[in-house]
Amino acid sequence: MAACSVEQLLAKAEQEEAEKLKSVSVHKELDLDFDVGNLLACDKNRVESRDFRQQKKEDFLRSLARDNTQLLINELWKLPTEKVEEAIVAKLPDATTPLPREKPPPKPRPPTKWEQFAKLKGIQKKKKTNLVWDENAKEWKRRWGYKRANDDTKEWLIEVPETSDPNEDQFSKRVKAKKERVAKNELNRLRNIARAQKVKVPGVGLTPKAQQSKDELSRAVSVAKTSTASMGRFQDRLPKEKAPKNTGKKRKFEPLIGDFSNEKQRQLELLKVLDSKKPKLDVTKAVNKQMREDDREEAAAKHKKGAGKKGRKGNMQGKGRGKGGKGGKGGKGRPGGGKPGGGRPGGGGGGKKKGKPGKH
Amino acid sequence: MRPLTEEETKTMFEKLSKYIGENIKLLVDRPDGTYCFRLHNDRVYYMSEKILKLATNISRDKLMSVGTCFGKFTKTKKFRLHITALDFLAPYAKFKVWVKPGAEQSFLYGNHVLKSGLGRITENTMQYQGVVVYSMADVPLGFGVAAKTTQECRRVDPMSIVVFHQADVGEFIRNEDALT
Repeated sequence: MAACSVEQLLAKAEQEEAEKLKSVSVHKELDLDFDVGNLLACDKNRVESRDFRQQKKEDFLRSLARDNTQLLINELWKLPTEKVEEAIVAKLPDATTPLPREKPPPKPRPPTKWEQFAKLKGIQKKKKTNLVWDENAKEWKRRWGYKRANDDTKEWLIEVPETSDPNEDQFSKRVKAKKERVAKNELNRLRNIARAQKVKVPGVGLTPKAQQSKDELSRAVSVAKTSTASMGRFQDRLPKEKAPKNTGKKRKFEPLIGDFSNEKQRQLELLKVLDSKKPKLDVTKAVNKQMREDDREEAAAKHKKGAGKKGRKGNMQGKGRGKGGKGGKGGKGRPGGGKPGGGRPGGGGGGKKKGKPGKH
Repeated sequence: MRPLTEEETKTMFEKLSKYIGENIKLLVDRPDGTYCFRLHNDRVYYMSEKILKLATNISRDKLMSVGTCFGKFTKTKKFRLHITALDFLAPYAKFKVWVKPGAEQSFLYGNHVLKSGLGRITENTMQYQGVVVYSMADVPLGFGVAAKTTQECRRVDPMSIVVFHQADVGEFIRNEDALT
């Protein structure tokens, strides 16, 4: 009984052990497709829906995943391996499945001004050798950069050209020319960037140009003058220098509490000027006056007629005449307007006029 | 707050002279003290020197009003008179219009003065002349612009406009929040 039980126990233990460690070899109806470069395996076998339903879904999926992973790892073990620092490493082959990019491919850099020109003219780049023979040093040296061949900055003597000033320093001239070339190149580089990004090409101060106009020069001068830490506040002016044109005007007001009498004086003067600009003879006013006078005269004539008929209101007649006389005094244009004799023809003329201003 | 520039002064005086003519001189040159015009928030204020000095204690954004507001400059730099200036325009007005008691209320509600409401008018008033409007009891009510000359006023029908309304004292109630 006891021996039997021991054997049984051993067998049971073995079985459990075997179940724990599943087999390395997995049988599949169709072989899997492997892309080991991407660590990818594709299982084309059909999933039996009956199995899927019968077993627990989670367990089924887990066992399927386990089997397929086992196959992939088997595939990895077929690759050549090596040992790096106590770890076994396999070298993966190139991936065969093309994967899409996350981001769109970068756009090509827009061509620079020179590249555009070169394309237009059909100029092609010529590859130059990196090393050239240095005649003086009798060895091969690099074409450019440090320790270059035929270095013209290392010359100890420069011949003065016949056309140039003999007192001119040819060495510093070369250094200066080089610096200018570098600066120009840098500016062109920045301009290319600006053009590529469609920003306005910066042009503050003096941009290199073939011919600078007087205007541009003066603007450059004013820009240069204000380009100090104190905004050009302490910059001296040249003896005959003119103030910069086209600069912003700053509003300037009188102080709030300043010279009151001066302020008053200025305002009074302004009033005087305003007064003097008014026309001395106001045409509408004069015409109105004339019209009023005519009205009066007409009224006076009516009264006169009425007085003649009825023989009444002698006093009123006198009054009317007196008023007319007053108006005559005011009306400078018509001397003797108040007189009854002189008033007649003038009155007739006035009657004609009367219609016209009425329309206006 | 700042003094008016030459141009602003000119614009304002031209507008004022429509109502009080050369009497502006009396506002500028006063025997009873120094008075001045100051601009604040696009508005022109008329004040004595003493008030001005007191007002400088108040910061610009906190200062609502000082002295008497004469009017304001529009964004297009024109000058508009406000009703608050009436106290200074009325005594010096050259051309006046008196309205009948029945038409007083209509004018104070912001309507134009019709011929029917016209009580008296200064002789020689020209068309488009600035006038000060009075009640028959000689109380200044506002100001406006003569729509017709004095002569024409006699002939037009009773319902035609004689004085265009510009400002009236009713604005003190109607327009209380905007007046300073």
